[in-house]
Amino acid sequence: MITKEERAKYDVVVGLEVHAQLMTESKIFSGDGNAFGSQPNTNISTISLGHPGVMPKLNKKAVELAIRMGLACNCKITRFGYFDRKNYFYPDLPKGYQMTQDKTPICVGGYVPIQGVKSQDKVTLNRIHLEEDAGKSIHVDGQPDSLIDLNRAGVPLIEIVTEPEIFSSEAAGAFLTEVRRLVRYLNVCDGNMEEGSLRCDANVSVKLKGETKLGKKVEVKNMNSIKNVMKAIDHEVQRQIHLLEKGESIVSETRTFNPDTGRTSGMRTKEELNDYRYFPEPDLSPLQVSDEWLEDIRSNMPELPSEMKERFKEQYGLNEYDASSMTDQRDLAYFFDAICGITGNYKKAANWLMGPIKSYINEHDMTFSNFPIQPAALASIIALIDEGKISYTAASQQLLPYLFENPLEDAADAAHKLNIWQESDSGSIQSIVDEILASNEDKVKQYRNGKKGLIGMFMGELMKKSKGKVDPQMANKLLRESLDAQ
Amino acid sequence: MNIDSETLQKIAHLARLELDASHEGQMKKDLEEILEWVDKLNELDTDGIEPLTNMSFEVNSLREDKVTEPLSQERGLRNAPDKEGDYFKVPKVLE
Repeated sequence: MITKEERAKYDVVVGLEVHAQLMTESKIFSGDGNAFGSQPNTNISTISLGHPGVMPKLNKKAVELAIRMGLACNCKITRFGYFDRKNYFYPDLPKGYQMTQDKTPICVGGYVPIQGVKSQDKVTLNRIHLEEDAGKSIHVDGQPDSLIDLNRAGVPLIEIVTEPEIFSSEAAGAFLTEVRRLVRYLNVCDGNMEEGSLRCDANVSVKLKGETKLGKKVEVKNMNSIKNVMKAIDHEVQRQIHLLEKGESIVSETRTFNPDTGRTSGMRTKEELNDYRYFPEPDLSPLQVSDEWLEDIRSNMPELPSEMKERFKEQYGLNEYDASSMTDQRDLAYFFDAICGITGNYKKAANWLMGPIKSYINEHDMTFSNFPIQPAALASIIALIDEGKISYTAASQQLLPYLFENPLEDAADAAHKLNIWQESDSGSIQSIVDEILASNEDKVKQYRNGKKGLIGMFMGELMKKSKGKVDPQMANKLLRESLDAQ
Repeated sequence: MNIDSETLQKIAHLARLELDASHEGQMKKDLEEILEWVDKLNELDTDGIEPLTNMSFEVNSLREDKVTEPLSQERGLRNAPDKEGDYFKVPKVLE
């Protein structure tokens, strides 16, 4: 669509708005449940339905989770604030206004460090504020009506707003990856973009290099994965440069991303006028965050990924690469930590997770959170290998797949059942060694006369006779001893 | 304070009220009177006074994160002007 030369003339400027549904039991202003996938209109109350005369009351946990995220993102925590009403009409917003924090967001400023992007190493935040989610509208093609499910109405959200200081789609992707990792580590949000518990809108603009004034921005919605956010930004940049190069101007509008075509298109809006007429919410008391409360929240913070990584290096002696790999995902990190509480062989635990287990998880489209084998079982597999009871090959190719199917079975029992238990009892191995030596007298003579290379042949015989079920190290040792003993 | 017809129609639109031309005159007059009355407050010196955002002096009226008995779907949908199956039904809104 545009040439390399045309692209090179422009800078990209992106700001992101990330909505994260908080992992509370109940809603932000009422006691109806906060749960995904319930039967429509069953997690409701007179408050979330916006009945007249009802009084909302703020969920303490929601405030704490928002502050937790703010502390993790180096924000300043607002110590005295209030909520505002944002007024607009839409059928999935029963009250006709959304309760949000416009003037006094709970967290101000801050930044999120990002990895793997050459041009920038952090993204600066404008704010993180608390607000309520709206319900869901279901539009059926060809039907004259829309259906409304208000289970989501009043689900607590934080909105993380960045400064327009993201300069590439890669940086946007790296930022979202880090935000998702943080909300998961902090138990703030489950980070599931497909189910919509983590959502992202992108404000995209381009400007000629060297120009200080920002270009006209276009808001892109409806991206349900990090990959799609990146694709949408790339497409939008192409489209905008193409228009500017043709001498046309950019229309400031909201566009929707189509994941099937990878393109954005303008949204038809009935409401052209965005006039939200914010004013302080009179139904909620002001919010005051005392030193004690803030300290309590800070001291109850789960470990951050960066903290966990440093601890893994120090406590388990992992190198930088392994420590990074082990803390890449929250569930993996906790799984690894649990194994290390049992086994002393930390390096092997990391290798198992990065090797056979990760490939199994990828092949079966699983995650560490629904991984069936318990850390203790994996620790005993590692111990069995270290003790020479089973070989690594048998463990990874036979025992592991078996335990995936039978996760409750004891690893040692399973190894016996699979017939992969290695003979490491020196007595029984010795008798096989004696047998082999007795039936290969010529070769023994040659070996003893200096043809040491024959050891391979003897080992081969030994493995054949034992059907591969001897501990090779032990066998090798006994074999050498017997051969070398004149 | 004068309100022109455009402002009047904008306010009506934001409130989703239909205001036909024959009522504009009266509405304009009423609104201007209200604004004039509210304007009187500007005569007060409010320098150094924090804006009042809440009628009560209470702060941190919070609830613990506990699920309470929900409103049943049947009761929730009972007062809806229209419904279909598990849902509220509304005239189609297109994005």
